[in-house]
Amino acid sequence: MRRSVFIAGLAAALVLGMGLFGTGRKGSVTSAQEKSSTMEVKIDNFSFGPVELTVPVGTMVTWINRDDIPHTVVSTDDSKTFKSKVLDTDEKFSFTFSKAGTYPYFCSIHPKMTGKVIVQ
Amino acid sequence: MSEKKKDELLHDHNHDGIDRRGFLKCMAWAGTGAFCVMKGGVLNSYSLSRLSEISTADMMGELSFVQISDSHMGFNKPANPDVAGTLKAAVDKINALSAAPEFMLHTGDISHLSKPEEFDTVDQILKGAKPKDVFYVPGEHDVLNDDGKQFLERYGKGSKGAGWYSFDKKGTHFMGLVNVMNLKAGGLGTLGHEQLEWMEDDVKHLKHSTPIVVFAHIPLWSVYPEWGWGTEDSAQALAYLKKFGSVTVLNGHIHQTMQKVEGNVTFHTAASTAFPQPQPGKADSPGPMKVPAEQLKAVLGITDVNYVQGQHALAVVDSSLA
Repeated sequence: MRRSVFIAGLAAALVLGMGLFGTGRKGSVTSAQEKSSTMEVKIDNFSFGPVELTVPVGTMVTWINRDDIPHTVVSTDDSKTFKSKVLDTDEKFSFTFSKAGTYPYFCSIHPKMTGKVIVQ
Repeated sequence: MSEKKKDELLHDHNHDGIDRRGFLKCMAWAGTGAFCVMKGGVLNSYSLSRLSEISTADMMGELSFVQISDSHMGFNKPANPDVAGTLKAAVDKINALSAAPEFMLHTGDISHLSKPEEFDTVDQILKGAKPKDVFYVPGEHDVLNDDGKQFLERYGKGSKGAGWYSFDKKGTHFMGLVNVMNLKAGGLGTLGHEQLEWMEDDVKHLKHSTPIVVFAHIPLWSVYPEWGWGTEDSAQALAYLKKFGSVTVLNGHIHQTMQKVEGNVTFHTAASTAFPQPQPGKADSPGPMKVPAEQLKAVLGITDVNYVQGQHALAVVDSSLA
């Protein structure tokens, strides 16, 4: 009895472990829907990539400027939720989204550059 | 000078002394080195290479100034790793003009990151220019982080609001406008209600024959809205200037020379002294455009402007740093 419980427990642990391991593997940057704790938005060629990002509550989003021109990340919602300083090439800005909602933002230097973070 | 006779005004359809076709032809030459002057209602053009043959009297009007733009002090990427050097070359070019311009206009993006040392460096370099008076308007790179406080402290004495102002030189009325503040997401440059009201009031009592020069960073006409190259409320501003016989609009921001004549208004954008940008739609984005190092100076430049009292249009001449 104990042995089968033990084996069942071990099997369960293995499955769980594999499940977790699998998620970890998939969690590299391509999918915007992954349940990881940090997500990245790349700024390049006067645009945010991805333009629209959906993340779970509690995710920290990091914008990194790969362009050869400075940019900013400024939210345009009523409460002006986040506002980065000026980011030169390779500089980063991070914000953790603790509340669900839709957060449109733009670059205040080049206002045609817009993006959105949807927090679910 | 047979070349002079060939380009004389022949078609004066509007009876305003301006042959539109001739003027536009002249303006198209400006980028490659033509000098156009209105004298006695006649538009003359001279190739820049023959400038030395022309008398100063023929060349100069009663007022002359230089426009420089987009020095982006602090920029150091491959498109130009030495923006201080190219700004110095622009100053050398200005100092080599046969008749020293009386003053300079800087149409913004003086600095690249609004850093104090960047502004300091530009001030230092411009001290070497013969024209000692410089009038500035900010670019979006000059008002980062502090809502333009630093810009106002350095260059905004006597200005209103975010730094707009006007002054007169030899009967020509100059208006420095600010269209880089409070930019809205997805939007273009903006002048704003307060500034527009000031504009209307500022020109209210001027005679219609007063030549007007407006200078601002972002173009006041729609060069290419997809890249933010326009000002959303400029139509209102231009409406206030409709009554004037001669309006010249000088802008920067797009890092290339472009001209447009619309009725009594001549629009002109200047080259940068730092790095060129692609023509509208010719690239994915309006970022710094890399050219072979030996060609860089040919795509950077200054703009020399001359006015002859009594004539309609200002003579606007671009020359590259090459």
